[in-house]
Amino acid sequence: MSDTFFTAPPHWQWLVILYFFFGGLAGGSYLIAVLADFFGDASDRVLARLGYYVAMPAVGVGGLLLIGDLTRPERFWHMLVMSERGRPILKYWSPMSVGSWGLLVFGGLAFLSFLGALAESGRAPAALSVLRHGPLARLIAVLGGLGAFFLAGYTGVLLAVTNRPVWSDTPLLGLLFLVSANSIAAAALILLGRWQGVGSSSMARLARMDRWLIVLELLVLIAFVASLGPVARVWVSAWGVLLVGVVLAGLVVPLALHWRPGLFGSLTAPAAAVLVVVGGFMLRVVIVLAAEAV
Amino acid sequence: MAEPMGFFTDTTVCIGCKACEVACKEWNQLPSTDGGANTLSGHSYDNTRQLDGIHWRHVKFIEQFAGDRAGGRWLMMSDVCKHCVQAGCLEVCPTGAIIRTEFDTVVIQSNVCNGCRDCIAACPFGVIGTNPVSGTAQKCTLCYDRLQVGLTPACAKACPTESIQFGPLAGLRRTARARVERLQGQGRPRAYLYGDDETILGGLNSFYLLEDRPEVYGLPAAPKLPSRNLVPGSLWSGLGALLVGLVGLVSFRQRRMEENGGKGGEGRRNV
Repeated sequence: MSDTFFTAPPHWQWLVILYFFFGGLAGGSYLIAVLADFFGDASDRVLARLGYYVAMPAVGVGGLLLIGDLTRPERFWHMLVMSERGRPILKYWSPMSVGSWGLLVFGGLAFLSFLGALAESGRAPAALSVLRHGPLARLIAVLGGLGAFFLAGYTGVLLAVTNRPVWSDTPLLGLLFLVSANSIAAAALILLGRWQGVGSSSMARLARMDRWLIVLELLVLIAFVASLGPVARVWVSAWGVLLVGVVLAGLVVPLALHWRPGLFGSLTAPAAAVLVVVGGFMLRVVIVLAAEAV
Repeated sequence: MAEPMGFFTDTTVCIGCKACEVACKEWNQLPSTDGGANTLSGHSYDNTRQLDGIHWRHVKFIEQFAGDRAGGRWLMMSDVCKHCVQAGCLEVCPTGAIIRTEFDTVVIQSNVCNGCRDCIAACPFGVIGTNPVSGTAQKCTLCYDRLQVGLTPACAKACPTESIQFGPLAGLRRTARARVERLQGQGRPRAYLYGDDETILGGLNSFYLLEDRPEVYGLPAAPKLPSRNLVPGSLWSGLGALLVGLVGLVSFRQRRMEENGGKGGEGRRNV
């Protein structure tokens, strides 16, 4: 029996799962916005703005969810400042500690990019467009892009740096969450893009990106289950059935819909996107709660 | 720094009286389960069941009986936080609430803890839990307050058979090794010490004399630190970032190359 079976569950449940989802969505959306800004052309500006519009509220909601999950929420600031000494605390070897700072820094950058996007679309003072164009905007986008990668992946590493079954029995959770977060974000932007006036060429590139990400996620998920070794027996349960459901409904079916885009007419792309978003959420549900149930 | 202090728990003389549990609860003012409601485990004479935020000592009853009850044995073990030299809880705690004291013990400062519960997931022994009264993660402090004024921890003081012995670690280890030799000489060859040397997490300041495999007592055979996954997990995530970045780059770059007639995407950036 793996030594991880002698441990106790931390009762990280729905608030944490929702945070994993919104944090991933925020990181992925910001990253896609940065990619559209740096590697796309003028017609991708609407998509980039949409990415920034999604990232900021998503990271804000994520932060509130995390605070709400603390059993002493009023002490949330103890994550950043030593309550007894008033000095900052950062333990680079603790993903929870690094993650708290990452969330704060990324949240700030996402907020600046959000303001820049508002300014570009004329909904905020024009002076703020320095946050959207020019060297400062580029600096924010590069730093925010790195933060987005971090936010999308560190939650998986956080689960791995414990002693719980499944979570700490594989080093691949960070990789899995990172790929899945970007897939969720691409799908969410496909859905939102339809009524936010994102151009058809941008939508096509988003769809292509998501196709590749789904394939990648499928491969990583197979590697993840294989890497568990004997611990994989936890999937011989209702959670395993749910995991298979996630693979089929959240990955295989959307991939098939991408492959046959005419299957349900104009509903095919949104249907695939909805399945990817729900599947990404359910993946987190299964991974978090399967270990909680052991 | 004061001398490293600890517990040596000799399970061969534990009679399962649970006086240690009671003394611990009383001294540390720990609440009862479910407001004192009578909650029976239903599968054992042990109704404490586990260590957690309100049970800092737990006398485990390992009831090994044949189906027809013809033969069998009881193993009793008073379990507690191991006060690991390399402590997983202390490693992950983001607030600095978990400290190592001058007695080389591991203590959670309840006024600092904000209840993120990372330490609960990190502890290799499942020792820590949330105390519903304080709303913070709690566990055995090895009676830090009593140690500071030269008193013996409540559990060791109450133990009627000296199954729980408290003292400077060096002395406890000598006592324990002599005890193992004596037991083996008396025809109990399976007696051995768990956690008395550096092989388990750099040493357990609360270590045990056992007579069966660790798993039988609900102890991991080779517990590990959570940080073992930090570098591999981060490296795999880094690889993921590269792959995702590449997928994104190809998806957006190709478009510009198409539109620029294959000139390598030298168009103007959006930022």
